[in-house]
Amino acid sequence: MSAQSFYTKELSVYYGEKHAVKRVSMDFPERQVVALIGPSGCGKSTFLRSLNRMNDLISGARIEGKVWIGDQNIIDPSTDVVQLRQRIGMVWQRPNPFHKSIYENIAFGPRYHGVRNRKELDEIVETCLRKTALWDEVKDRLNQSGLALSGGQQQRLCIARSLAVQPSILLMDEPASALDPVSTAKIEELISELKQEYTIVIVTHNMQQAARVSDRTAFFFLGDLVEYDDTQKMFTNPSKKSTDDYISGRFG
Amino acid sequence: MNLPATKSQNGSPNKPKKWRKHILEEARGKVFVYFCVFLLVVTIFSIVYFIASRGLAPFISQGVSLKDMLFGLKWKPEGEPPLFGALPFLFGSFTTSVLAALIAAPLGFCASVFMTEIMPKFGRTVLQPAIELLAGIPSVVYGFVGLSVVVPFLRDTFPGQGIGILAGAIVLSIMILPTVTTIGTDALRSLPNGLKEGSYALGATRWQTIYRMILPTTLPSLLTGIVLGIARAFGEALAVQMVIGNAPHIPHSLFESATTLTSIITLEMGNTTSGSLHNNALWSLALILLLMTFLFVFIVRMLERRVKR
Repeated sequence: MSAQSFYTKELSVYYGEKHAVKRVSMDFPERQVVALIGPSGCGKSTFLRSLNRMNDLISGARIEGKVWIGDQNIIDPSTDVVQLRQRIGMVWQRPNPFHKSIYENIAFGPRYHGVRNRKELDEIVETCLRKTALWDEVKDRLNQSGLALSGGQQQRLCIARSLAVQPSILLMDEPASALDPVSTAKIEELISELKQEYTIVIVTHNMQQAARVSDRTAFFFLGDLVEYDDTQKMFTNPSKKSTDDYISGRFG
Repeated sequence: MNLPATKSQNGSPNKPKKWRKHILEEARGKVFVYFCVFLLVVTIFSIVYFIASRGLAPFISQGVSLKDMLFGLKWKPEGEPPLFGALPFLFGSFTTSVLAALIAAPLGFCASVFMTEIMPKFGRTVLQPAIELLAGIPSVVYGFVGLSVVVPFLRDTFPGQGIGILAGAIVLSIMILPTVTTIGTDALRSLPNGLKEGSYALGATRWQTIYRMILPTTLPSLLTGIVLGIARAFGEALAVQMVIGNAPHIPHSLFESATTLTSIITLEMGNTTSGSLHNNALWSLALILLLMTFLFVFIVRMLERRVKR
């Protein structure tokens, strides 16, 4: 994977009249984990969703500003969103496996993009399942429905699915908040593994999780990016008072 | 009322009175609901019993064999000897209904996709009410339109007189369109948004998402709509009767006069005396219709079970 810069410049998102994300500029260092924290409704999920133009699907949403990936501004209307989303994987809070077999769930994306060869597909499925530590758990039942897995396994399946189209960036919207502690630990472990290969942006409500998995942390409040720094510094010695208040649980 | 005892327990003298009132209220509600359900069940069972008792009489006491009725080709109830071959009617009913479903399914499905995925606002405000309006048009109007539009068109375009299976199927397909579309739309709307986003996030185009993800996932529900549509088409009498020609034989082409179970019943019921063999034979046809409906309901149930899984 080639080195490429990934940053936003003055990115604003509106829902109708509501200014949900206010002129946020931040960069995402390659192969690092950036955590977005902040109280509910502060715009962090909206911000995340505009990084792969997912907000296009919401009527009334409008984006201003720029998101640069390499030398391409993806907010530009001429951007091929299909190609863009292939480069940026996304995982949601609620695991959303398709109503298909485990195998088909993963082969789904590659099939979209024209991989027909059975052998090639087999390989992709195995690689992706291995990367998400799911292979040993499911290799004997690849033809079972993805919905038959446990919540944590479903979530890992969804991560595996997004890896199958070979993205370089992964967006995760509270990937572990619907899971039990054991599954959460597995997801966190997985994130640390995946950052060897992928740039990861993760939204989380769990302070400890942000502290554990991320290299850098951004604190959002009411649509503003309040502070963005190394996680270590954010959690031990934040420069803004509101960051300190939020992290130590005094509000939000 | 034994006040002392309750008073010592609750300290409230009103307690037993209220308690009794509540019990009475519950009992009243219970009796009302049970009575309604009882009435409903009795009605259903008596209808089934009535149709079965009349419909089975020709086989049990009047010497008609089931085989002759199901596979016989000649329907001459007043002839010497009387013949009761209902195969042409069965054939007519099945072909018109299935053909109608084949026409209505793609139309209805595309309308559903349009209303949910492509233009939800226009769909909800204009298209859906328009399609629901179709359901409210009386079947005699459909028959009339079929007779004055569809039949002349078919007569001019294809060999034959225009009346026949295809004319019936076209009229029926418009009649069942609301059923197919409404159920399809509900199925597509109830699809969790996360699934669609998941597909888009993998870099799928809208068409790929619809075709590869939405369609397969909602297939059982869509099939339910189609089966219900067939069931409705199977039971429709008037509109079909007006355009199909009502000749009691199996046609050689789609443009030749044929007939269906329902139209033969409506046509001949008035000319027979109650209890006669002819009359009872028509009840047998009604019984077949009823069993077919049971079958459709059964299929729908099976499909629904698949959806839940």
